[in-house]
Amino acid sequence: MSVETVETAPRGFLGWLDKRFPVMHVWNAHLAEYYAPKNMGLWSIFGSLALVVLIIQIVSGLWLAMAYKPSAAEAFASVEYIMRDVNWGWLLRYIHSTGASFFFILVYLHMFRGLMWGSYKNPRELLWIIGVVIYLAMMATAFFGYLLPWGQMSYWGAQVIVNLFAAVPEIGADLSTWVRGDYVISDVTLNRFFAFHFAIPFLLVGLVFVHIVALHRVGSTNPDGVEIKKGPKGNQWDPNQPADGIPFHPYYTVKDITGLIVFLAIFSAVVFYAPDLGGLFLEAPNFQPADPLKTPEHIAPVWYFTPYYAMLRAVPPIGGSQFPGVVVMFGAILIMFLLPWLDRSPVRSMRYKGVLSRFFLGAFAVSFVVLAYLGLMPSTDLYTLLAQIFTVVYFAFFLLMPIYTKLEKTKPVPERVTS
Amino acid sequence: MKHAILALALLLTPLAAIASGGHGPALQNANVDLKDRSSMQRGAKYFVNYCQGCHSLQYMRYQRMAQDLGIPEDELRENLLFGDAKPTDMMTNALKPADGEAWFGTEIPDLTLVTRWRSPDWVYSYLKSYYVDDNRPYGVNNLVFPDVGMPHPFVHLQGIQAPVYAGGHGEEDGGHVVGVKLVEPGQLTPAEYDVMVRDLTNFLTYVGEPYKLERRQLGLYVLLFLGLMFILAFYMKREFWKDIH
Repeated sequence: MSVETVETAPRGFLGWLDKRFPVMHVWNAHLAEYYAPKNMGLWSIFGSLALVVLIIQIVSGLWLAMAYKPSAAEAFASVEYIMRDVNWGWLLRYIHSTGASFFFILVYLHMFRGLMWGSYKNPRELLWIIGVVIYLAMMATAFFGYLLPWGQMSYWGAQVIVNLFAAVPEIGADLSTWVRGDYVISDVTLNRFFAFHFAIPFLLVGLVFVHIVALHRVGSTNPDGVEIKKGPKGNQWDPNQPADGIPFHPYYTVKDITGLIVFLAIFSAVVFYAPDLGGLFLEAPNFQPADPLKTPEHIAPVWYFTPYYAMLRAVPPIGGSQFPGVVVMFGAILIMFLLPWLDRSPVRSMRYKGVLSRFFLGAFAVSFVVLAYLGLMPSTDLYTLLAQIFTVVYFAFFLLMPIYTKLEKTKPVPERVTS
Repeated sequence: MKHAILALALLLTPLAAIASGGHGPALQNANVDLKDRSSMQRGAKYFVNYCQGCHSLQYMRYQRMAQDLGIPEDELRENLLFGDAKPTDMMTNALKPADGEAWFGTEIPDLTLVTRWRSPDWVYSYLKSYYVDDNRPYGVNNLVFPDVGMPHPFVHLQGIQAPVYAGGHGEEDGGHVVGVKLVEPGQLTPAEYDVMVRDLTNFLTYVGEPYKLERRQLGLYVLLFLGLMFILAFYMKREFWKDIH
């Protein structure tokens, strides 16, 4: 490739720049000469869409920060000031609040795609792990950010989550006080949450960069799970590149742009016509300022956290301690790190895995959605029982994976990608 | 596999969809219409005259309200501004929070966002659901907001409503209040009162999100633009992908 770069060395300003900074190398290595499987299909789009939403969040967030006041006395009023007195403030705020929910929708779809295609399997273990770290950083950002409007649900949601640290044996009480910086959620807490909410997105950008670098090292996979680099060489652009590969640019850029426009239309429909989405994206109690003396009847986190919240509530306390629930909740996320080593199947994609893998993946997806629903609802005996059942299903997907992926009969994987 | 997942989803989701038992009485539809300016203008008039003595709209400016509802500035100054309030002021009042708490036993809420954390239907139903209850300090209770601290602000207009108990029993038989009925008419007929309460709800819904109409209008342009862009992008994609087999 370096030879080719010399042959087509650009002239003029670009030539001047390229002598001093590897513009053409980066462009070619990651776009024009990055060969992606030609059969990636619809499910491949969520990663690039998530990247766009990350940028939307950072830009809209920066502008919101110009008028937002991170103090207990002024935060709620400053949000209303943004909504009413700042030019286009309502639009920025709705873009940001809607973007938060859509970021999670896209990342959940992106992760589900990874599960279907077996994208976490050798040699993509590290790529998957970086992805889970991104997911954790996103959840941290979302959690810190949710306190900022200083509404009732912001306040009490944060109270509930920070109190989870108090369940840690021995050091719990001190730990939760340390996190809050106070004995209750207060001005101090709001200030530090704002600082974290502002800072972590930049870490997120770095992580996404590393995620893409790792992806481009191992190459994109596809619905067949066929490794195009191991297949025959030679395509219409380059005799040494995979026959089933096509340059990311222009093929996937034009495709992703088309998908992006569809996504932006859905996104805009929510921003302009249903920014609170029936209380799912903006919870009604959050239109009341935080009141440390008035606990709302029913505290529920925003929808993207509710699967884990349902698990937390589903685990009965042992000896009056909520700690087991906390362990299960964090375990549900941390177990994702082990996924590349839990899957013992000889094949990568769900297309060629057996019926057991499909059943467990389906049950896992259903349990995630049902737990999300249960986490939004007040707990009743029936709901708690259901949450317990689906928590077991959720963990069974991971913990039984070494068994069922070994047991089942897989289908033969083709040599080349199918279309 | 899609079929398997779909089948599973269909099989298992109804379990979770078992509705949680509703609580509280059913709300009445307020039929809010943010294009009905005259209704909102009347609502603004009722609000400043009847409500604002105690309830503020601390995030709403008089001037913006007047502009959005089509109230000329001289009429605003003449009819809606009291004391030394200026058009650029927020719609607050002179009541001290501590006084409110002393008089009504609870902090008097600001109503700027009431239609957003309750709902327009809730506000409408609430204003229609006061009934006589001698056990309460102000002699009234509310079906939608049990043990409410506020007296009925429009009792002279609506008249007096008595509670209706479940199964036709009285309170002494352990019946609970399921409805209200008018027992002593006020200055307005029930139909007139409904219109008044709806005007007020309409106004408060506007106040909760003054940019709502602007938001919807802009959304239309954005979606039209994206639709146009989609056509271009779609054909561009198809053109590029023609030679990929």
